[in-house]
Amino acid sequence: MARVIVDVMLKPEILDPQGRAVSGALTRLGITGVNDVRQGKRFEITIDGSVADVDESAMHSIAKELLSNPVIEDYTLRIEP
Amino acid sequence: MTARIGVVTFPGSLDDRDAARAIRIAGGEPVVLWHADDDVRGVDAVVLPGGFSYGDYLRCGAIAKFAPVMGTVIEQARTGLPVLGICNGFQILCESHLLPGALTRNDHLHFICRDQRLRIDSTDTVWTAAYTPGEEIVIPLKNGEGGYVADESTLDALEAEGRVVARYLEVNPNGSRHDIAGVADPTGRIVGLMPHPEHAVEALTGPSTDGLGFFTSMVTSLIESAP
Repeated sequence: MARVIVDVMLKPEILDPQGRAVSGALTRLGITGVNDVRQGKRFEITIDGSVADVDESAMHSIAKELLSNPVIEDYTLRIEP
Repeated sequence: MTARIGVVTFPGSLDDRDAARAIRIAGGEPVVLWHADDDVRGVDAVVLPGGFSYGDYLRCGAIAKFAPVMGTVIEQARTGLPVLGICNGFQILCESHLLPGALTRNDHLHFICRDQRLRIDSTDTVWTAAYTPGEEIVIPLKNGEGGYVADESTLDALEAEGRVVARYLEVNPNGSRHDIAGVADPTGRIVGLMPHPEHAVEALTGPSTDGLGFFTSMVTSLIESAP
C-alpha cells in the first residue's frame, strides 16, 4: 500500500478565525510565546500497490480540483510507502 | 409564454421549496431539478438554493459542484443560462468558478440568523433589474460560512465593473470583504447572494416582501425576451 498525503492550508493572506480561536485558547491555558496558529486539513489517501503505482498527476488534479480551493487555499502533496 | 425556472435539490438542500414558491409568486413556473440527473429539462434559468449540500463536507459547495446536474448547469451557464445561487448556491457557484472569490467561515465563528438590511448596488443583472439602484431591502440572512473573500485585484475589478450586486448595511455580519453580500459575473446573468430573498416574498412569513424582486426580475426578463 502507498499513501498519498495532502495537506491543505488557507493562503497566508486569508483570515483564519478558527486558528485565531485556538490561539486564544492557548493563551487562556497559560501557554506563552505563541505568535500565531493556522488551522488546516490533512488527507491520507491509501492506494493499492506500491509508490510506483501512484498516478501522481491524477493526485495533483484531485488536490487542486476537490481537496483544496485554489482561490483561498494552498496544498502540499507527498507520497509515502 | 411561461418562465420555466429550475430549482436544484441536492442532498441537504433546505430552501428548494421556498425558492420554488418564490418563483411561483413572481409569476414563473418552478421546475424541480434533481442533483443526480444531468438533464435540466430545458429550463430558462436555474436557482441553486440554500442549505447544506452533501453535509457541507470538505468545503461548502465543494462536492455539489461535481453533481451530475451541475455538469450541465455549468456548461449551459457558460453559454448564457441565467443562474442565481443563494447562500449554499452562492458557495457552489464560487466553487464551480462561475463566480470569483470564495465564502469562508464567519469571522466571529458563530452561525448567524437575522433580518439583514442590504443595499442593491447593481441593477444591471437579470436577477436585480426590478430594483432601483441603491434601493435598501431587508431579507433574512442565515449562514456559518458567509464571509466573502477574494484577492485585491479581483475585489478591485468587481468594484470597477459594478459587479457587487448587494452590500450589507448597518453591520457586516460575517467579515465579508467590502461588505459584499452578492456578486455577478461579467454578463450579469450569473448572480450569487448570501442572504435569502426567497424567504422574504410573503408578508405572513418574511420580514418583508423585499426579496420578491430577484424572482420578478428573472420572470420579466424571460417574458420580455420571448419571441
